[in-house]
Amino acid sequence: MRATVSDLPLVLDGVSLLAGATTILDRLSLSITPGAPTLIVGPNGSGKTSLLRLLMGLAAPTAGRVSWGGRTESKPVRRAILFQRPVMLRRTAAANVAYALAQAGTPRNERAVRVAVLLERVGLFDLAQRPARKLSGGEQQRLALARALAREPEILLLDEPTASLDPAATRSVEEIVLMAAQSGIKIVMASHDLGQVRRLAGEVMFMVRGALCERAPAAAFLDHPTTPEAAAFLRGDLVI
Amino acid sequence: MSVEFSAWQLILNGDAALFAIVRLSLAVSLSAVALAALIGMPLGALVALTRFPGRSVLVVLLNAMMGLPPVVVGLAVYLLLSRSGPLGSMGILFTPTAMIIAQTVLIIPIIAALTRQTIEDLWAEYRDELTAMDVSQAGRMATLLWDARFSLLTALLAGFGRAAAEVGAVMIVGGNIDGFTRTMTTAVALETSKGNLPLAMGLGLVLVAIVLAINAAAWGTRVWSERQAG
Repeated sequence: MRATVSDLPLVLDGVSLLAGATTILDRLSLSITPGAPTLIVGPNGSGKTSLLRLLMGLAAPTAGRVSWGGRTESKPVRRAILFQRPVMLRRTAAANVAYALAQAGTPRNERAVRVAVLLERVGLFDLAQRPARKLSGGEQQRLALARALAREPEILLLDEPTASLDPAATRSVEEIVLMAAQSGIKIVMASHDLGQVRRLAGEVMFMVRGALCERAPAAAFLDHPTTPEAAAFLRGDLVI
Repeated sequence: MSVEFSAWQLILNGDAALFAIVRLSLAVSLSAVALAALIGMPLGALVALTRFPGRSVLVVLLNAMMGLPPVVVGLAVYLLLSRSGPLGSMGILFTPTAMIIAQTVLIIPIIAALTRQTIEDLWAEYRDELTAMDVSQAGRMATLLWDARFSLLTALLAGFGRAAAEVGAVMIVGGNIDGFTRTMTTAVALETSKGNLPLAMGLGLVLVAIVLAINAAAWGTRVWSERQAG
């Protein structure tokens, strides 16, 4: 069964990603294990999205090795990703979740119940029969979360999911993410909102120019950054 | 009595011969669209989602074949089905079945080429999401075809328009036999050459009206269902 296979620890070993002559990710070696949420922080263009795509297995590294629970085959077993702008299938909200459940191998007779539970979990139960594309930005993001959670992931990757949401919608997304974290799902989330880092992070990975500049517990990073780049970023200076 | 007036008379009086012709034309063209959709849509989706050597040649070929001359298709199907041809033993030349086959061949490229373009555009949007959900190749095709359903209606209409309007293919493989394989287009051609302009006009009017009605219905369906499904 799926439960016996694990995607953790997720290990990057000397991973670089190049696009032509441009270095997008620069010799990253790191390991992600179960625990409190990890927030990937850094200026725009520092490689946060590329790193998440690599962690998900959507992109292959130019050099180095990515492995999930010791396996290098990129098939997503127990991981899921939430994109900054998720694509809603042209069906109802409930059908979107049912689709994700079907792809995750949930038996047909269990799907209806699971759809209801997942929609309830993200607060969309009343909108189940609404076409997904007619939902607001925040509702779409929560529906995408329900789809991601349908995979029963061990690790959930999120790419700035609240970047274009208003504060109320941001709060409901953050609440779902925290709930997922408390249920034991490892959260890895890109963000450039320091308030969000303070609210969610257990630890921070700070990236500059495709390299991992600093990795530390959230409180330590926010209050006593050890690198000049991190200090400048926290002060609000432009880090290039 | 003017020619136009006689044409309207024929339609309004429900001329039996005229309606038999209309019925056969619709049966042949709609069957051809259904068959061509069953073959052309999966084919278009497959080409859209796979990468193989010579793919761009196939794409160009598919696009070019949208403009296949009906008489050439008719001739090819004629050669296949004629008594000495490879499928001659089936004995279906000069029957509505042969006409359906010819029109199906004619519009498969139209439906396949338009489907390929639609599915390829949608795939660009869906790629990451479906890959992250670990959707199989067959599942991707099915998902994209379903989610592109409103756009694909246009491909079906293009196919139907082509089938309903062509003369050459049905003329060659059907033979324009009165009461058996005579369609609206072949009848218009025949009646015009015979000088029976009222019937030709009547048929022409009916043909245009049917094509209009089907397009209007399809448009309405699309607008309505898009509102339902987003």
